[in-house]
Amino acid sequence: MIADLLLVAAMLIVALASMLARQAFTAVALFIAYGLLLTLAWVRLAAVDVAMTEAAIGAGLSGVLLLGAVRRLATQASPPPEQPPGPAMTLLIALGCAALAAALGAVVLLLPNPAPSLAAPVAANLPATDLGNPVTGVLMSFRALDTLLESAVVLLAVVCVWALTPEGGWGGVPGAAQPVQRDGPLALLARALPPLGIVIAMHILWVGADAPGGKFQAAAILAAMWLLPWMAGLVTPPPIAARWLRWTIAIGPVVFIAIGLAGAVIEGAFLAYPPGWAKPLILIIEFILTASIAVALALLVIGTPDTAQRR
Amino acid sequence: MGMLPMLAVMLPVLAMVAAVPLGARGAERLTLAVLPIGLALSIVIAVIVQLTQAPILYHLGHWAPPLGIAFRADGLSAAMLVTTAIVVAAVAIFARADFGTASGAPERRQAFAFWPLLLALWAAINLLLVANDLFTLYVGLELLTFAAMPLVCLDGSRATLEAALRYLMFALLGSVLYLLGVALIYGAAGTLDIVLLRERVTADPPVILAIAVMTAGLLAKTALLPLHLWLPPAHAGAPAAASAILSALVVKGSFILLLRLWFGVMAAVPLPDAAQILAGLGATAILLGSVAALRETRLKLLVAYSTVAQIGYLFLMFPLLAAVPGVSDIAAKAWTGGVVQAVSHAFAKAAMFLAAGIMAARFGHDRIAELGGAGRAMPVTLLTFALAGLSLMGVPPSGGFAAKWLLLSAAIGAGQWWWALVILGGGLLTGGYVYRVLASGLRSGGAAVPMSTPVTWRRDGMALGLAVISVALGFLPLAAFGLVQVGQLDLAP
Repeated sequence: MIADLLLVAAMLIVALASMLARQAFTAVALFIAYGLLLTLAWVRLAAVDVAMTEAAIGAGLSGVLLLGAVRRLATQASPPPEQPPGPAMTLLIALGCAALAAALGAVVLLLPNPAPSLAAPVAANLPATDLGNPVTGVLMSFRALDTLLESAVVLLAVVCVWALTPEGGWGGVPGAAQPVQRDGPLALLARALPPLGIVIAMHILWVGADAPGGKFQAAAILAAMWLLPWMAGLVTPPPIAARWLRWTIAIGPVVFIAIGLAGAVIEGAFLAYPPGWAKPLILIIEFILTASIAVALALLVIGTPDTAQRR
Repeated sequence: MGMLPMLAVMLPVLAMVAAVPLGARGAERLTLAVLPIGLALSIVIAVIVQLTQAPILYHLGHWAPPLGIAFRADGLSAAMLVTTAIVVAAVAIFARADFGTASGAPERRQAFAFWPLLLALWAAINLLLVANDLFTLYVGLELLTFAAMPLVCLDGSRATLEAALRYLMFALLGSVLYLLGVALIYGAAGTLDIVLLRERVTADPPVILAIAVMTAGLLAKTALLPLHLWLPPAHAGAPAAASAILSALVVKGSFILLLRLWFGVMAAVPLPDAAQILAGLGATAILLGSVAALRETRLKLLVAYSTVAQIGYLFLMFPLLAAVPGVSDIAAKAWTGGVVQAVSHAFAKAAMFLAAGIMAARFGHDRIAELGGAGRAMPVTLLTFALAGLSLMGVPPSGGFAAKWLLLSAAIGAGQWWWALVILGGGLLTGGYVYRVLASGLRSGGAAVPMSTPVTWRRDGMALGLAVISVALGFLPLAAFGLVQVGQLDLAP
């Protein structure tokens, strides 16, 4: 109980500090710390799957993206400062936010207790999917459509980033050139960590069927195992014109949709798995999707081709 | 039969995913190949809904709600599916001149991005039309935002990047607020299926707060005044083909979701006071948006401000429906009027943006005062603009007239005559800004006669076709509009 209260207090303080930080770097560092505290909170709430996703995507990947944005901003001439809102406007915004926060707090206390939940029907229907992890059952069977569409959104995000390629850079190698690190901690990590990280990612992916884990967490770790050697200047990403690279990020959603359509033909409903085939099909989807998502997440961090340095 | 709505969503999703590895030229050809299939699917859905007078239901993976996700294509879905397919098809053919890739030519950035983004928009809108689950609808909103935002800044200039970033901020704020409401509703009712929620929700504080924040978020995405600030620079700065889709369809996606919330989830809980506020904002948007369009000096910005005003009309249906819940002639008129406004505005605004794009490309600028000679050099383009303008004004016979007439008579029938005044005043102001463009275009050119660059018949044909449809909607017998009543949850007993 006391530990939980301390955790809540720490989260509030870190969140507030992140909002009030003057330096962008400080704000991002605090944001990452906030994500890690949130991970602990999810663990305390016994939502281990959510905790792992929060750590991998919320704190890890978002943190790296934000740090990259801070670094880019630092190298560019700062834009003219926008007119800050006047004191009356600031007060109005603060009052509005406080009112919304108070209303949300009050309303959450008014929600029915125990909360109406679908946990019982999920548990009752889980055997039909041959899976042991109810979260995977929801993501890959009961609400598989949402997962499918989210995997398409990840691909679309790569298109969004590539669409911002500066003039003259199209088709080239993405990302700013990273100076080669011959020694130092990054060079060591970039060499030593990937074998271990890849094994851990595979484990998280494999146990996801029956225990907390799954493709998004595994993909985030795999992406990090590619980004580390890239940051150390040890590997060069393939050019974005490379067909195999584009197929790699597209093949996951393509296979997912193909299996879904096969279900429509054979079983009479999109994303229905034939009896006895649910687990193998879900594992096939998860493995291929992990590869696609890992590469896509890494490409999101690496960014657009950089004309200045490449051509 | 039940599979059709699913196919209408999955066809563009699959095409979008496959378009990325195929590259710009392959993506273009794939898009042109799936357009007729998607159009046929949506027409068949509309015919089935009209003939059976019942929505098409489909359970994904055989899992019934609340555990699984259902698709539900009702009359509103069917009408908008057909509208979306036609507009997307016309815009795709129009866009080949800008984003096509000749055989053997190197891939260009804009061409690579445009086709998957167009397909993603189509998929997102179809998903928003048929999904019956509030979280699946959230995924649809995300797909819509991430497809629309890059289209705004496709030319890569600093101004359009700023417009796109501002659009993204508004859209993400909207997404966050919507998701917050989804969580509250799940906590209160234990399901996210709209049909089930209709039975379960009551006017409890958590539900009311959820609907309030979701409405605020969706208004930001729909660009209802005063949350419209992002729209004019974003829609005016995008390439013409993208502007047409953004103004015609993208803002309607979040609007349809609002209808699902207010007259689906909350069908049994009318909120007449809040509905008056929404319509009040709509009326303000009609008047201020039209005045801004009247004063605008650039053609594309004028058309964008016209969108701000025309969105306002959509919100007039809210108090008319909330005032007379249940089966009623007035509610039916208000509902049909609002939906026909959404459909006819989609055709008219797409035509208008395409026409504006043709003129801007031809003149090399879009200053309204210097459009002299357009009437002689490009009569078809100016005719397109005029026809689309007539429909927006609500001059009979046109789709816009049918919509505004239905809303007007519903307003008078419900005893809320003040909305009738707004509709009439808005029509006059619309006439004013359309006339400004036509008058300038019909002046003899003088020194400013535009250089003759090849404007293909195909581009003019597509824009004119859309404008003709927006007018021709006015010739439909009133019975045809009965389609949009099918499966309405607030009329269900």
